[in-house]
Amino acid sequence: MERPLTQHIARDGRYRSLSEYGKTGGYRSLKRLADGLSPQNVQRLVTEAGLRGRGGAGFPTGNKWSFVPMGSDAPRPKYLVANADEMEPGTFKDRVLMEGNPHGLVEGMILAGYAVQAEVGFIFLRGEYHLSAQYLTNAISEAYQAGHLGRTLPGTDFRFDLHLHASAGRYICGEETALLNALEGKRAIPRAKPPYPQTSGLWGQPTVVQNVETLSNLPHIITHDSTWYRSLSRSKDGGTKLYGMSGRVAHPGCWELPLGTTARELLENHAGGMSDDFGFRGLLPGGASTAFLVEEHLDLPMDFSSIPPQVGRLGTGTMIVLDDRTCPVGFVLNLEKFFARESCGWCTPCREGLPWVARILQLFEEGRATNDDLTLLEMHAKFLSPGHTFCALAPGAVEPLKSALKYFRDDFVRHIRLGHCPWNVQSKRHRILV
Amino acid sequence: MATIVVDNRSYSVDERTNLLAACLGAGLNLPYFCWHPAMGSVGACRQCAVKQFKDEHDQRGRLVMACMTPASDGARISIDDPEAKAFRASVVEWLMVNHPHDCPVCDEGGECHLQDVTVMTGHAYRRYRFPKRTYHNQYLGPFIKHEMNRCIQCYRCVRFYRDYAGGRDLNVFGSHDAVYFGREQDGTLENEFSGNLVEVCPTGVFTDKTLFHHYTRKWDLQSAQSICPHCSLGCNTTLGERYGIVRRVVNRYNHQVNGYFLCDRGRFGYDYVNDDGRMRRALLRPKHDRVSQAKPEGVSEVLASAADRLRRARGIVGIGSPRASLEANVALRSLVGPDRFFLGIGERDHRLFSTILTILRTGPVPSASLREAEDSDAVLVLGEDLLNSAPRLALALLQSVRQQPMKRADELKIPRWDDAAVRNVVQGRRGPLFLAGYRRTWFHDYATENYFAAPDDIARLGFSVAQSIGTDSPSVPNLSKDVRDRAHRIAEALIRAERPLIVAGTVSGSQATIEAAANVAWALHLAGKHPRLSFVLPDCNSLGLAQLGGGILEDAFQSVRHRKADGVIVLENDLYRHADSAKADAFFDAAQTVIVIDSFDHRTTARADILLPAATFPESDGTLVNHEGRAQRFYQVFVPEGDITESWRWLRDLARMTSDPAEKLSGAAAWQTFDDAVSGTAEAVPEFAKIRAVAPPAGLRLIGQKIPRQPERYSGRTAMISHLTVHEPRPPHDPDTALAFSMEGHRGRMPSPLIPQFWAPGWNSNQALNKYQDEIGGPLREEMPGVRLIEPVATKAPLWFTRIPLPFRPAYRRWLLLPLTALFGSEELSNRSPAIAERISEPFISLHPSDATRLRLEEGTAIELALQGTTCRLAVRLESSTPPGTAGLSLMHEMGFAQLPTWVDLTESIKAERRVA
Repeated sequence: MERPLTQHIARDGRYRSLSEYGKTGGYRSLKRLADGLSPQNVQRLVTEAGLRGRGGAGFPTGNKWSFVPMGSDAPRPKYLVANADEMEPGTFKDRVLMEGNPHGLVEGMILAGYAVQAEVGFIFLRGEYHLSAQYLTNAISEAYQAGHLGRTLPGTDFRFDLHLHASAGRYICGEETALLNALEGKRAIPRAKPPYPQTSGLWGQPTVVQNVETLSNLPHIITHDSTWYRSLSRSKDGGTKLYGMSGRVAHPGCWELPLGTTARELLENHAGGMSDDFGFRGLLPGGASTAFLVEEHLDLPMDFSSIPPQVGRLGTGTMIVLDDRTCPVGFVLNLEKFFARESCGWCTPCREGLPWVARILQLFEEGRATNDDLTLLEMHAKFLSPGHTFCALAPGAVEPLKSALKYFRDDFVRHIRLGHCPWNVQSKRHRILV
Repeated sequence: MATIVVDNRSYSVDERTNLLAACLGAGLNLPYFCWHPAMGSVGACRQCAVKQFKDEHDQRGRLVMACMTPASDGARISIDDPEAKAFRASVVEWLMVNHPHDCPVCDEGGECHLQDVTVMTGHAYRRYRFPKRTYHNQYLGPFIKHEMNRCIQCYRCVRFYRDYAGGRDLNVFGSHDAVYFGREQDGTLENEFSGNLVEVCPTGVFTDKTLFHHYTRKWDLQSAQSICPHCSLGCNTTLGERYGIVRRVVNRYNHQVNGYFLCDRGRFGYDYVNDDGRMRRALLRPKHDRVSQAKPEGVSEVLASAADRLRRARGIVGIGSPRASLEANVALRSLVGPDRFFLGIGERDHRLFSTILTILRTGPVPSASLREAEDSDAVLVLGEDLLNSAPRLALALLQSVRQQPMKRADELKIPRWDDAAVRNVVQGRRGPLFLAGYRRTWFHDYATENYFAAPDDIARLGFSVAQSIGTDSPSVPNLSKDVRDRAHRIAEALIRAERPLIVAGTVSGSQATIEAAANVAWALHLAGKHPRLSFVLPDCNSLGLAQLGGGILEDAFQSVRHRKADGVIVLENDLYRHADSAKADAFFDAAQTVIVIDSFDHRTTARADILLPAATFPESDGTLVNHEGRAQRFYQVFVPEGDITESWRWLRDLARMTSDPAEKLSGAAAWQTFDDAVSGTAEAVPEFAKIRAVAPPAGLRLIGQKIPRQPERYSGRTAMISHLTVHEPRPPHDPDTALAFSMEGHRGRMPSPLIPQFWAPGWNSNQALNKYQDEIGGPLREEMPGVRLIEPVATKAPLWFTRIPLPFRPAYRRWLLLPLTALFGSEELSNRSPAIAERISEPFISLHPSDATRLRLEEGTAIELALQGTTCRLAVRLESSTPPGTAGLSLMHEMGFAQLPTWVDLTESIKAERRVA
């Protein structure tokens, strides 16, 4: 099985230099540009390869590029931004790529920049990723020295400059338009769409924002062609996917596997099943802002088209497993506290609704909730949905809540009935003391 | 136009707007917070959610924010949809999570958009059972009170303050459910338009501190339209009164003039009306005794004595005023005769006003309304410090610089109302704005290019711009390359624009800059462009006074000096602001009888034998002509106590008592009501003929009724004077207007000048304005936005101004003293308002650093400057924008700028010099 993204990554935590990268085919894709592969053909290849955005939304990359104004009368400059603000809870796949193979991202950005004829690129990096920052700085510097950046590429009239920007650190910066505001030095609040960044993005210029994993795929598509790329996948979309699994599983980790691998294969073959004495209750397939999948969904292929919308979505593909010895209410409370804190404060439902949800869940955990609180949770699950809020943060935030209310409703009701958390005797004692 | 379907009814709406504005324009009730008609949509509050359907077969639909959805043809929406209603109610529920339940003690209560929306959505029962968050409130200066706990985070305040008005010291801090709107630390809000926060805030976070000092409930205010008297722009205001005290000023929408916003001088300058030192009694001083206190006498005695003296006078001169109504000035003119009517302004001002009038009357280029100024796409300002002399125009120009960059948004098909998206496209890009002046303010940061130079050099720049545009205009000799290049760049930008605007004014005292502005406008006109001109004048009726015509102060002085007259009537004017003190003193010394009609004491009233207390703006009716030549009507708000009456009535009485009893009364003597005064004024000079059409006559009745100044909810009417009598007095009679001092009368549609306050059922805040417009942000229904009295003569070929000054040369040991006007401090009436007085800065003299070195002065040095017989204490400020060889003089309280610019030997005039500790 081929693993283009991770086959050659450094597994010992050391920096993988340009020369090492070159030995395993690094920057070979640029030769195809020198041989006359036009930007339009790069776009076509990527479209044919069926590459879909790996940031979680799964938007077809070629399609995204097609909205960028091209030609001599297109506004200048155009920008390419790598969304490396990996702050989704439980998600660490981009970090694996940036620490293990930073040049893969740089090469991918040159190709994406070429495809949309963007002359300037930014890597917007999660502030806490210190090692990634160090390695990317090295890689960018080496790429400049090698002439891949900052100079016209051989056989083309394309020149690309690349800058690294370390975020000051807010979850909302992962939202592509909030990221652009943050990059401009403004408050990190999302922008209304339309207009989309492809037409009016960074400083009002055409901009493409792309996830690190997506960009890291590009060198392989250009070097090997789209048919090969499609063949890597078990799904109708192309390529491999970095899947991850955390929680009470035997071997938590991150694996590159064909797109469309099922959750059961991931859990049983790669994560080694549940840890001893722990039973499986459900999993969040792609970070914290996706709906729970339960036993009945384990045989669904984990890709962008096989999970029915009413069930959930893949998201980032890095999964958090809920076991039977963890309170699902407490599990959701932990997530909602995070989302309430990370709300940017721009729109009402998210700013005021999420803290309310978190406080109610706290009541459940303390055994002080009533049936009315269940109603209020359902109200929020219903109203914090796409289109109701300004961006996708709040709808994502209530995905685990909404699905928990569906699959683990009995557990919520037990909190009310018992007057304490069934998993936490502490809260019962606390209640008696009060 | 587009047809949209709302709850199965079709409406014809403007397709360039959004669904929220379309629904409001159609008269529907749809709540909102973050959207503002002048600031567009950002989609933050989620309050205006409606259900949108794809077509008539779509039963499910989806929720959209009306403010973020274009009103495209065929759009089908439902406001009443149960899910949309439930969601809107829950938005209020979320906002109420932390909003204090302090409505009964909140200054906003009863006029609160949040209250209205809460009621509108039906949210009533509190389900949130956790503590509310609280915030620290800040001291924000004498104008604004801050109560952050009430904040619902609609972001309107920062969008207005920062994005719209260019302010920097108010911002949003924090995130998630702890978002804070305020300053980095306590302190006075710096921006000149901060008062608009009071109206922009949908609840009680930012409230009017001057109102707080004499608070009354908004529904207890008796109100009427007024025109701001504090500069020449003529912004429309609504004044509110209770118990004889003017409680506040709010913006009054006039689509052509001020739109939704006022400046802080206009909003907070009203308190002069409530001044304890106001003259309220007619006073008489013993003959030839100007030392003893004037004594109050009965009105009839005072008038009889005045008439007696006037009859016996050798001749009477009448001195009019640029801050009195047309009617009062015409009454005085009628009393003394046109030959003996003097304008109450000095030679300098008269020359400047006449030049402006000539340009507007005989030139081909029209003056610009504030709205047109806002829509200009290239602007050249010659010599005027707009932020201090005509702030609302500066605010308009802050919007004008966005006109050209916004075309990029048009190309991207981003609608103009989509504010955040438009600003994202526009970014820091600004269209052409060229400022030439001699003092830098933050407004200059918005300019394409700034040119700091002496007025003569500014005029030369203007003349050379005209020369660059068209070869016909007179050429400017001895141009430096820098000025020539600069002029060329300006000319290029103006020619490329579709709606260029040229601004000049009278502050600098330079006639040449005004003439240069005209030449630029005419060159553009000849180049086939459609330019506009805007001239800033000093006072609220300066242009109207100039139109009326008459001699200048020096002429009046002369006729007394030459013993042609010895009786003087001064109308609402402090002559010491317009003339040299010594000359004014000599004038009063020589006069036998001095009658002064004014509302407060100043140096001129101290010279009066007879004082007649004049009604201030909210105590009288009248017509003012603004800088644009637009005549507008202000209305009496309340009946003042004491002998106070309208100046025109005092003059009418004097005219009656001095006229020949054998003859029929004529002129002002025959006036009975304000309508007579308007008619008399309309006949005074041909240009005033149109002022009858400014507003409806007093006889107007709507469904047989007058229009009540008091709102329906006005409380305590029967109890207001119960400590004196239990009998409710009859409301005062108002023979002058179609308004009544009453709660009873017509409350439906009415001509816009008569609307006492904007209110609609369920809409108790200023947002009720939406209910008075067919197109939101467009004209009011039955709008009478004033009448433009001067229109260009299209056919005539313009006569070029050819007096081009020589380049300014600094002189040895002499400095050209230039006037620096100040938003707070330069205007007579507002200075008397305590809140404004608190903002008046210490007098200062600004010098170029190189000049300061020559004079061995440093920043902050306190000096005493001898000027025109008086000694002023000033602090030295070093400003690199002050042209070398000149010195900027800030205005002193009691002094006008009539004598500036003037050359002064600073080495001589600076008598004492000491270091500030």
